[in-house]
Amino acid sequence: MMSRSQKIFTYFALSIWAFIAIFPIWTLIVNSFKPQKEIFSNPFGLPQTFTLEGYKAVLLKGNFGTYFLNTIYVTVISLALIVFFGSLAAYALAKWNSKASIFLYVFFIAGLMIPIRLGTIDLIRLMQFFSLQDTIWSLIPVYVAMGMPISIFILTAFVKNLPKEMFDAAKVDGASEWHIYLKIVVPLLRPAIATVAIFNMMKIWNDFWFPLVFIRAEESRTVALGVSLLFGQYRTDWTRALSTLSLAAIPILILYILLSREFIKGLTAGAVKG
Amino acid sequence: MAKNIKKYFQENGIWFLFILPALLVYLIFMAAPLLDSMRLSFYTGKGYTPTEFVGLQNYIDLFTNPIWRERFFGALKNTFIFFAIHMIVQNSLGLFFANLLANDFRGRGFFRTVIFAPATLSVLVAGFLWTLILNPHWGAINQTLKAIGLATWAKPWLGEENLALPVIALTSVWQWVGMPTVLFLAGLLGIPEELLEAARVDGASSGYVFWRIKLPLIKPVIGVVAILTFVDNFNAFDVVYAMAGAKGEPGYSTDLLATFFYRTGIAGEHPIGIPNMGMGAAIATITFVILMVGVLFWLYSSRKNEDLV
Repeated sequence: MMSRSQKIFTYFALSIWAFIAIFPIWTLIVNSFKPQKEIFSNPFGLPQTFTLEGYKAVLLKGNFGTYFLNTIYVTVISLALIVFFGSLAAYALAKWNSKASIFLYVFFIAGLMIPIRLGTIDLIRLMQFFSLQDTIWSLIPVYVAMGMPISIFILTAFVKNLPKEMFDAAKVDGASEWHIYLKIVVPLLRPAIATVAIFNMMKIWNDFWFPLVFIRAEESRTVALGVSLLFGQYRTDWTRALSTLSLAAIPILILYILLSREFIKGLTAGAVKG
Repeated sequence: MAKNIKKYFQENGIWFLFILPALLVYLIFMAAPLLDSMRLSFYTGKGYTPTEFVGLQNYIDLFTNPIWRERFFGALKNTFIFFAIHMIVQNSLGLFFANLLANDFRGRGFFRTVIFAPATLSVLVAGFLWTLILNPHWGAINQTLKAIGLATWAKPWLGEENLALPVIALTSVWQWVGMPTVLFLAGLLGIPEELLEAARVDGASSGYVFWRIKLPLIKPVIGVVAILTFVDNFNAFDVVYAMAGAKGEPGYSTDLLATFFYRTGIAGEHPIGIPNMGMGAAIATITFVILMVGVLFWLYSSRKNEDLV
């Protein structure tokens, strides 16, 4: 049990940081609904004059809708491929006992410590070679590759922990490996797949680097790239600047509030070492 | 012989097929570009076609040519400071919060959720948000300092050369402190309660329990947090790009290896705007080597620790 003074100290210290953590996000959201003048005269309170002008400008004059759809496409397609390729490989790497499988596993895991960005120069040339530059399709293969090490790491550990008897029984019944993967492994993997999906979703949704280096065309921009350009444009119009940032932040924040436990698990998954 | 190979593939071929899609994507879009970047670092040429072989010239230029040397060592130094601030401030705060959150009290789930919340924002959004808060004229920080009579403390936070880098690093600490907090918390909660109880019964102070019992027991977690902090921050780009631009304003004082890499190899220096891909590849290769040395050192020392335990 904690003593009374310990309790007071704990609440005091944590409340201060909770305030520091939340306060910027609070001002971001409330100020995005205020006209410029009020942001400066009343920077911290709820809006007295409520306005949607900033959001209207960003959504109607800017192409935020397009950026949003592009980001959703890229994220969903990449995640689907990461989960499919990753779980398939993880099942094989967990069940196949051989020197080749150990070598391949180590080869995949090595990618955990190496940022894919260091290969950007070559990736730009590669995208030009495939004529994918300036399209959202340039982002997907890079994100899938980037997601492989962590996904294979988490999923292989999970498959290895599944009871062996289940696979043996299915084998005896004459089920093919593909059938076992689809009917037994995938349903059991669901919690690990959720972790993998959240980890990669945050990386992909928030990634700014690859859109910045691959994409210029208006119609191919993602939210992160759009935000950087709109923010530059609206730098002096704080209502619009804050509306831009809020539009990028709010969807993820809502998801986080709904699923905070899964989010924390997913985002810290990179550190789950044996 | 041929029969053996055929038999091997009949038995194992299915596994190859299962691994193939993941392996192809990983090889083509991650492993090969990383390796080929090293090859490109020995070439030069304007724009997207570095075709002229120059051996080690790019590296020699980076280390000795005054045009490159100043920028390169500046970026290297700044990256190290940026990493060190995270290592010290972010991870100490994380350990402190985790130690508090490991106690049993009402509302700890709430505090954990709140402390972690900034980590879900995009780095770019957090960076832009803080440039507004730190705005010298209209930003909340300076407005508040003026309102409470500390106008002399109000500074152009991002405009002074010796201030901008620590300020940017601290906004990044603000965003990411939830990570070490959660990891340390998991480590602390893994310590058997009887062990701590026994120490307390023997009359150990809470300071003794923390330094002599808890800390040695979560050593592996400390190692993991340290290596994650190292890899993430030696590669940081977004926060500086958002708060200080690709040139690491003011006066390159916030220029990191990644912004230097971006300007040199990808965007091209203003006003010409033609990238020097060979030189960019050399910067990437050096970053890669620094990361590898750090990771190998970590693997080596964590293995040595395991032997001791």
